[in-house]
Amino acid sequence: MTAHAQSIEAAHAADHGHHDVQESRAFGFWLYILSDLILFSALFATFVVQMRSFAGGPTGKDLFDLSYVAGETLLLLLSSAAYGLAVLAMQEERGAQVLRWLGVTFLLGLGFILMEVHEFRHLIAEGNGPNRSGFLSAYFTLVGTHGTHVTFGLIWMAMLMLQVVVKGLSAPVQGRLLRLSVFWHFLDIVWIGVFSVVYLLGVMQ
Amino acid sequence: MTQSHSIAGEAHGSLRGYVTGFVLSLILTAIPFALVMVGNGSTSVPEVGIFIERNVQVTEYVVDVSKAIILGGIFIAAIIQILVHLHYFLHMDRSSGQRWNLMTFLFATLVMAIFIGGSLWIMFDLHYRMMGSA
Repeated sequence: MTAHAQSIEAAHAADHGHHDVQESRAFGFWLYILSDLILFSALFATFVVQMRSFAGGPTGKDLFDLSYVAGETLLLLLSSAAYGLAVLAMQEERGAQVLRWLGVTFLLGLGFILMEVHEFRHLIAEGNGPNRSGFLSAYFTLVGTHGTHVTFGLIWMAMLMLQVVVKGLSAPVQGRLLRLSVFWHFLDIVWIGVFSVVYLLGVMQ
Repeated sequence: MTQSHSIAGEAHGSLRGYVTGFVLSLILTAIPFALVMVGNGSTSVPEVGIFIERNVQVTEYVVDVSKAIILGGIFIAAIIQILVHLHYFLHMDRSSGQRWNLMTFLFATLVMAIFIGGSLWIMFDLHYRMMGSA
């Protein structure tokens, strides 16, 4: 571990080739994020087109509990900030602290997902599943896609925590941690759109 | 060290940056939620039954204006919060190291604007025409 901990500059100088590889991987991952954003924009457009197609069923005002959504939002925002602290610890080469903050991020993200699953189950149990109306189809598709992304992010995070334990903060592991950080912050950005368009506008009408 | 670039080509964040981003995001989330929870709630407060017709008309007009303000508030707060996240969490800026990240992001934004704007334009225009001819 001390070999890693010496200094980040020494590590940079030692494997400059590796550095370039990590940079192009980061850029490639960024391109993936942007294509994912375009996918979400299609789902947002669909939702806005369908947001008044209630088919005689319940509206957002009947279904959504804003304080519950505010709770979900807070969990996701806190987890985004916690990941930032994990990245800071990583840049100081403190493995134990990286693991601690990743653990916090993971639990907050898990809390978010559990809240969302609870919300979905409640809606479906009341007969307001995705087959109820165009509005609910679009709702479950958009919010569910975001939730699926968060779930995969959690799986990925668990794998990386394992890698930090087994391999330490090697250059490839650090690169992966940074790419997951971009993914995680990106999901929080998408959630800003979700709570604004789906929940806040949904309750307005 | 704090000024060097990380291996993923992402500029280093700082504790202060993350805290600032977090606090700003918290405020920019609280504003639209408060607008909708308080503002939207108060619109149902007026007891319409005891008003004469002209007053009801006036009340409805006021409600529409406050609705437009709430909608605008939601929209502006969301845009600003997205920018806050890009700056403080994703460390996006106009430095040369970020050039291609920024270029590709702007291109994706253009695609999204055409995608969302175009879809809504077509669908609502279609909806309007269908309603008109029916």
